Amino acid sequence: MSEIVNHLLHQQSSHCETGVVANMLSSKGFAMSEPMAFGLASALTFAYLPFVKIGGLPLIAYRMPPKTIIKSVAKKLNIELISRKFSSPKKGMQALDQALAEGHIVGLQTSVYWLPYFPEDMRFHFNAHNLTVYGKNEQGDYLISDPVFEEVVTCSPESLERARFAKGALAPKGLMYILGEVPENIDLAPQIYKSIKKTAKMMNGIPLPGIPFFGVKGIHYLAKKITELEKKPSKYARLYLGHIVRMQEEIGTGGAGFRFIFASFLDESSKLTGDAELFELSQFTTEIGDQWRTFAVQAVLFCKDRKSISLQDISDVLIKCAEMEKQLQSRLLSLSAFK
Amino acid sequence: MKAKQVPQDNSPSYSGHKKLLYAVNDSGHYTGIQSSGWEIENFATQMAVDELKQQTLRAIDDYHSGKASALAYHMCKHRFDISALAQSTGFFQWQIRRHLLPQIFNRLSERKLNIYADIFSITTAQLTRVPEQP
Repeated sequence: MSEIVNHLLHQQSSHCETGVVANMLSSKGFAMSEPMAFGLASALTFAYLPFVKIGGLPLIAYRMPPKTIIKSVAKKLNIELISRKFSSPKKGMQALDQALAEGHIVGLQTSVYWLPYFPEDMRFHFNAHNLTVYGKNEQGDYLISDPVFEEVVTCSPESLERARFAKGALAPKGLMYILGEVPENIDLAPQIYKSIKKTAKMMNGIPLPGIPFFGVKGIHYLAKKITELEKKPSKYARLYLGHIVRMQEEIGTGGAGFRFIFASFLDESSKLTGDAELFELSQFTTEIGDQWRTFAVQAVLFCKDRKSISLQDISDVLIKCAEMEKQLQSRLLSLSAFK
Repeated sequence: MKAKQVPQDNSPSYSGHKKLLYAVNDSGHYTGIQSSGWEIENFATQMAVDELKQQTLRAIDDYHSGKASALAYHMCKHRFDISALAQSTGFFQWQIRRHLLPQIFNRLSERKLNIYADIFSITTAQLTRVPEQP
């Protein structure tokens, strides 16, 4: 089998989707950092979803749902995003081979569980993991840039097919995508302010009574749920708190549930636009991120020894996070490109 | 978080890999820093992994004492729960709950066994066996 190696710049990222966007754009000659991709996509949020259960515990998300990041970045930069899904795995793999032969680097949605290069303890049934395939070696294995890993990896065709066609929630259905031509001149500054406005508008949650699951309202709701753990068995309380910490830290968030990535985006935006106010906002977002990290420390302290800290104390730390995010929201909303 | 504060706790769950975090350098600007793990995060991961291990051990015991079918073990081993398995196989949750009972599972059609075997990526012969140890 002949070898195919298409041009790709691999840079390690915190998060898969923003990492794929950044790497694909950078490979096409448009330097894009992961935080910039995250910010432009207005991906920062908070959502507590009690009706979506993972191992019997509610899903907690700190960013917008899968696929929104790549879609909105492509839209903001006016780049065509060509994506396809497949009903037949065989056709899906053929289309991938063809795209590689044509010299493209190809983004894929996959399940983490079936990717053999993932460490055992990190393999779970999460179907919205993104990676970029940039070629095939002589043995027929695919050359993959998985943005959360330090180096590029390889994967056998059988495993990759399983991962692309895994069933269940958020099933990838073989989704593959290619970016079209990148326009010559892109002025990021106006897009930056627009994206920040959008993020800020979402931060308070959905303005509908009876839906307290999103944004600042969602954080308050989670804080209330934590105090209610008092009535639950101790084992459940421990698993519940541990689960929140995992959602916030373990699942490729760049620390503190994407708050540090967002702060990094504000910092980079400040350099790009020369707007000093953005830098101040970056510093404030760092404080918010530190507050979330404190929450993680306290939650785990409870799991280790429940007598050393009360659920009320943990809940209070979270309420502080909510209050700070509320402040950040009003500061972001009053931000203006015209000084 | 300051760059110097980025934890380097060598978490076993990272299996020697490093993750990228974002932190502030001395001049107050952001930079990507590799982390070998955070003890706090590792504790939470380990708690979840231990819970899964315990469930698998319980499923093995239940199988050998005749309280549960082999499906219970394979479900745990492949890190599914009933709702995830329902979404993957297309069975209803109540059907899967029935299939967890030995007397029902032993009479399952080859077609249904194949659906489970396919989801777990094993053969139907493997699906009906449970080891003594995980």
